[in-house]
Amino acid sequence: MTDRPSTFTIEHLLRELAPQVLGPVIRRFRDFAAAEDAVQEALIAAARQWPEEGVPENPRGWLIQVAARRLTDQIRADSARRRRETAVFMQEAADHQIVPSPDDPAGLAEEDDTLVLLFMCCHPALTRPSAIALTLRAVGGLTTAEIANAFLVPEATMAQRISRAKSLIKKSGAPFRMPGDRERAERVSAVLHVLYLIFNEGYASSVGSRLQRADLAGEAIRLTRAVHHMLPDDGEVAGLLALMILTDARRAARTGPDGEIIPLDEQDRSRWDRDAIAEGVALISRTLSRGAVGPYQLQAAIAAIHDEAARVEDTDWPQIMALYDLLGRMSDNPMVTLSHAIAVAMVEGPAAGLKRLEPLDQDARIAGHYRLDAVRGHLYEKTGQREAAIAHYLAAANRTTSVPERNYLNMKAAKLRASA
Amino acid sequence: MKFMMMMHAPRSGWKDAGIGTWPPADIKAHIQFMMGLNKELKGAGEFVDAQGLAGPEDARIVRANKSGGPEVTDGPYPEAKEFLAGFWIIDVENKERAYAIAARASAAPGKGGVPMSIPIEIREVMSGPPLTE
Repeated sequence: MTDRPSTFTIEHLLRELAPQVLGPVIRRFRDFAAAEDAVQEALIAAARQWPEEGVPENPRGWLIQVAARRLTDQIRADSARRRRETAVFMQEAADHQIVPSPDDPAGLAEEDDTLVLLFMCCHPALTRPSAIALTLRAVGGLTTAEIANAFLVPEATMAQRISRAKSLIKKSGAPFRMPGDRERAERVSAVLHVLYLIFNEGYASSVGSRLQRADLAGEAIRLTRAVHHMLPDDGEVAGLLALMILTDARRAARTGPDGEIIPLDEQDRSRWDRDAIAEGVALISRTLSRGAVGPYQLQAAIAAIHDEAARVEDTDWPQIMALYDLLGRMSDNPMVTLSHAIAVAMVEGPAAGLKRLEPLDQDARIAGHYRLDAVRGHLYEKTGQREAAIAHYLAAANRTTSVPERNYLNMKAAKLRASA
Repeated sequence: MKFMMMMHAPRSGWKDAGIGTWPPADIKAHIQFMMGLNKELKGAGEFVDAQGLAGPEDARIVRANKSGGPEVTDGPYPEAKEFLAGFWIIDVENKERAYAIAARASAAPGKGGVPMSIPIEIREVMSGPPLTE
């Protein structure tokens, strides 16, 4: 036993270990749902015991043993017949076969496990909210209570969501192994999408009552970092990681004391995290130089350009405009057109930006969306058309579903009116 | 006792005379007041939940059609003079305390810092069966 570690260190260790414990237990018991429950119980037991008794020498082995014992107990309780078979088998398994040697705490097999687990949790049969919840629990090692708290739903609701997700996976018959090469690219992109959504949830909710909620953005970065470690040659994995790091670097500057939104061009850039920016910029530069550019890499490159501008007027808008243009060609997404229009406005003037927005009124995906009104308000403000700007800001305020955003847009309208 | 406090906003003029048309300082004062009230309720151990609802333009009324599927119409009832803007759920000692909190919320500062006198509907949240001894 080592010295008494802090709860914080233990929490981190447990989250790191969660997927490395779950993998072997699933393989041994061939039941993802039951194994996942048992590992969760083992993690909770460790979180209770380790701060008092110290971290065992082989923490991963400890967790596997506790989880395996719970499963064995359960099987015993389930069936007397199976008890005779499994008792011997399990004792052996728990003691020898599935406990890793302390000399190899994180070998290649464990990395594969984490990846296979991510593929399972982000299985296409699941709804996105289910995939997110399952990923955070099975791979992220968060407790159901923590996840429920992060998404502001009752714990029982979250527990049910997770258990339904697991039974869907069971029904789908997905085997616990690496998907084949052909399927793999598709599955990686599903994983990245789920990680992106977790990050976004964390980022959006970082307004206001963040302190009461698990740090989802940080968790998303940690998991994406793990994927990047396992798939270092995948440009989009690196791109997503860089995008998250570069966006999160501005976190401290993006809200005011009352949780109000501070837009990029008004942020106090001295509050940006310089180390994070250096890391993100290095990562995306390295990745872009290798070719095969994808949407996450382009978004990271744009974030890097913003982050590298010491003052807002130093922003390299022509470069950002070119990147959004490229992004627009890659994916038909009206939100990209919106951002592109802002960049065009910065380079060629607000009238040119407004012109770029016109086709969006015919696009059912975004016509009437508050963000279209918000951008129009912004660009009309730049052209000096005050009344039009106010009308669009108010229209956007009436349609947004985010309280801080509504406050921000109402305030924009009010300030314009007051400046008359 | 749990109560739901429902904050109603006038349907007419909410776009032309809504919060976005106030001077910036008044908007700020209003937002700070509401945040302060929630903080106060949390501090008193009386806060259960508070949510603002998105604008009424996208509100819809759904009824089951004959085959049980959704039949969606614009809503809430266009003839209604007010719409539900948000709600609190509080857990308090008695009805009087709920009324006192509702009065505080109702007096939120509006344009020019003048108390708005927002209509707040108070409804008791039903609970489990009472103990009969």
